[in-house]
Amino acid sequence: MKLIEARGKELFRRFDIPVPEGYLARSPDEVRPPSKPMAIKAQVRSGGRGRAGGIRFASGLDQMKRAVSEMLSMQISGEMVREVLVEERLNILREFYVSLSLDRSSGLPLLLVISQGGMEVEAVESTKTNSWHVHPFVGLQDHIARQAADFLLLDSEQSGRLRKLLNGLWTLFWEMDCELVEVNPLAMTVDGRLIAADSKVVLDDDALFRHPELPLDELGTTALEIEAKGRGISLVQLEGDIGVIANGAGLTMATLDNLAIRGGKGGVFLDLGGTDDDKVVEGAMELILKARPKAILVNIFGGITRCDTVAEGLIAARRRLRIEIPLVVRVLGVNEAEALELLAAEGVKALYDLDEACAEVVRLKGGDRRDGDR
Amino acid sequence: MTVIVDDETRVLVQGITGHQGSFHALSMLEMGTKVVGGTSPGRGGSKVGELPVFDTVAASVKETRANTSVVFVPARFALDAVIEALEAGIETVVVISEHIPQHDSMIMIQYARFTGARILGPNCPGLANPRRGKLGIMPSMIFRRGSTGVVSRSGTLTYEIVNALTQAGIGQSTCVGIGGDPIIGTDFVKVLEMFEQDVETESVVLVGEIGGFAEEEAAEFIRARMTKPVVAYIAGRTAPPEKRMGHAGAIIARGLGTASSKIAALNKAGVKVASLPMDVPPLLKNALN
Repeated sequence: MKLIEARGKELFRRFDIPVPEGYLARSPDEVRPPSKPMAIKAQVRSGGRGRAGGIRFASGLDQMKRAVSEMLSMQISGEMVREVLVEERLNILREFYVSLSLDRSSGLPLLLVISQGGMEVEAVESTKTNSWHVHPFVGLQDHIARQAADFLLLDSEQSGRLRKLLNGLWTLFWEMDCELVEVNPLAMTVDGRLIAADSKVVLDDDALFRHPELPLDELGTTALEIEAKGRGISLVQLEGDIGVIANGAGLTMATLDNLAIRGGKGGVFLDLGGTDDDKVVEGAMELILKARPKAILVNIFGGITRCDTVAEGLIAARRRLRIEIPLVVRVLGVNEAEALELLAAEGVKALYDLDEACAEVVRLKGGDRRDGDR
Repeated sequence: MTVIVDDETRVLVQGITGHQGSFHALSMLEMGTKVVGGTSPGRGGSKVGELPVFDTVAASVKETRANTSVVFVPARFALDAVIEALEAGIETVVVISEHIPQHDSMIMIQYARFTGARILGPNCPGLANPRRGKLGIMPSMIFRRGSTGVVSRSGTLTYEIVNALTQAGIGQSTCVGIGGDPIIGTDFVKVLEMFEQDVETESVVLVGEIGGFAEEEAAEFIRARMTKPVVAYIAGRTAPPEKRMGHAGAIIARGLGTASSKIAALNKAGVKVASLPMDVPPLLKNALN
């Protein structure tokens, strides 16, 4: 779960990581009279909001209200701006980058420090970056913070501030089951503060049960994806028009790739998982229809999953939901012949060969009519 | 040397009284695996089939001399279950459970390093050796004895490819599912090392997918260290960025972990990459000739 900046900064505050003073606003009426120049920041999930006009500076109540009102009518990368963060404008002397993430290669937390802030991590030359593995059995020890301070050429007073900040960052990362905690930029202000100007916090979805106090805001996910997750089904909305259901994540991806080779384009990725419960299959069909696909391809490899019970679920769904769009089913494995027979009796195209099934669903879906064809 | 299972393997099933645990314990037995018992807190003294059930791993190890465990317990209890196994002296822990918090996986893997044990998974189907049996949930019927090792991050996609190999007359030595999570105990490189040493294995199929750098690291190992031929398949060529494609680890983050990067790395290491699962058997036959 990726948190918006404001929510991430709430967590920062809780773990004693300094953040600018500020508040959220959902309308210009919520803007308070400022005592100093302020920054107004669109609360959207997409990156690059600065370039898209999602960060503005203003002073005086009228100017601020105008800026807030304009920003709340904006879209950034197709996303409506519903909230803005109003906070003190920092007078920045230097900018850095710090993050803690789970490093997949080593299986350990990684502290990454960059001597230049506000950049995309990948765009920074390697001489400006430094990193340390943090072993979870010992935590982030002070010597790592001291080395980081040396690397950033901080004086002893600033070094102490960095150590305190990194301790807070580690505690947040550890206690909240984070995949990523990123401060970019970490600002050193003219008046000597070390302060998190931005926040990016990604929590592990599988650990949310340990943090029931957190409000669930699902950034980067559609309403349908959230609904599916609630039902324990893994679903991703894509740009194409063919809904794909398969059992297993790898197999579902492979099916989408195969479809692309045949000239089709997946509109939904739906991983049924290891179930052959016909009710779950029926529920999956119900979900995928909500994405309004033009055709549906089901690919079941019956290792342990019984193909015939999956077929029964599909047939029940097709009858109850009156599915009229083309449905092509590929089954292979346990009880494949029974499944094929059941589906054929229902008039559903069913076969054993995945390549043929992919080609067939593309054919049945029909050509894409371009604008002006009529 | 064999890959993880050998004649000394004695298997304990943690969570044996559950639906999954009991089904797969018996299926492992049927395939010839030496399953010696299971655990289920509060159910000690009962039986699953002929298998004795214990309350704790320690009691089970004492009684059955189990040295390997397969974990089916629900995700939120998995950390406790794995640490319990490690403290009881289990040497290989296969973690089938899905949706284990990543921090928990990290802790169990680091603890296993400390006790000198091996963890396979989490979120993996385990492994199967057609001569010796299986640890986990792979369907026994798709395998055929042979000399091709298979290593993969996924489940059913692996079965699909193994099935295609079997249909094409290519048998397998050992098939290892390393798991679909970002943090796993045994990675591609460790399994490739074992295949390179394994007398039963003459060639290898690697099945990867988007996310992380495991395939790139595997490619480097293959280039530098492997003498046996390897072919590969990578799932997720059409996957969009920043979306988790079912597996917790299958995500293209910040433009990194794409299928094309993995395919390029493998090709550079001399590994042919099939564009469809069905193309794996002919590609392998070519590589063997």
